[in-house]
Amino acid sequence: MTEAVREFGDLPAYARSLGIALTGEEEHGMPVLTVAFGPTVEGRPQHFHGGATAGLLENAGYAALRTALIAAGRNPQLKPINITVQYLAAGKSRASFAVGRVTRLGRRNANIAVEAWQDDRERPIATAVLNILMVDPSA
Amino acid sequence: MNTPTPRFDAREASKWFFRHGHTGWLGLRFTEQGDNWVELELPWREDLLGDRSRPVLASGPIISLMDMASGMAIWQTRGTFAPVATLDLRVDYQRPARARAGVKGRVECYCITRSAAFVRGIAYDDDMADPVAHVAGCFMTIGTDPREENPALKGALGHD
Repeated sequence: MTEAVREFGDLPAYARSLGIALTGEEEHGMPVLTVAFGPTVEGRPQHFHGGATAGLLENAGYAALRTALIAAGRNPQLKPINITVQYLAAGKSRASFAVGRVTRLGRRNANIAVEAWQDDRERPIATAVLNILMVDPSA
Repeated sequence: MNTPTPRFDAREASKWFFRHGHTGWLGLRFTEQGDNWVELELPWREDLLGDRSRPVLASGPIISLMDMASGMAIWQTRGTFAPVATLDLRVDYQRPARARAGVKGRVECYCITRSAAFVRGIAYDDDMADPVAHVAGCFMTIGTDPREENPALKGALGHD
């Protein structure tokens, strides 16, 4: 899967614009994403806005799915079905990280679990579950 | 602290809420409000694309829009501004937003207790009957004990 991470390429415009980037690290073959703390992600003073945290989680989820699809030799169009975000602790004024895990890769639907953290990988600040529809262009 | 604070007004609050931070960066705008609901707008912007192949807004900024409209719907319902933390937010996407179109988010706070608030809403582009997404969320009051906001109770209650 390491090669797939390398092939993964650019994040979407929204992610880059918000300041989300690939760390180059991976966990169980899936890319770890990060966003620095700054004005674009700030909600109440010195804390991450819930929407910015959700954006990081969502992008890590898509990055994990793309990575798994590249490894499987597939390139479908992805359409979001839903996302459920659980906020566990306030995001403080430092970098956040997130990585996704493909819980199930089906033919048409993928179920992805994502965790975000700050200083301590063992203490997530937020988690998300995403269902994503995959539409094969050749189908 | 001793002067009575005016009732929270989403329209007024938007003037400074959206000047900076994440919501300012997104360019959120106030559109409408009711007793227990608030509607905001996320204008179209090229750099908020979620997909290389289609000129439609990414789903991430729509979550931010709905999260912010949720918080403001809670303050609007409560009548006061007290920081809230999102516990759980769910977004179900019915269809992509239209090409090169902004999205509006209308959220109502349908239940509020001393420490929790429950919201639901829709994101739509031009027709409320044809939403882009439905949202449901649960928030908690944070910081000070909400009972302290009532000066009549000040000092009369024990706190954790």
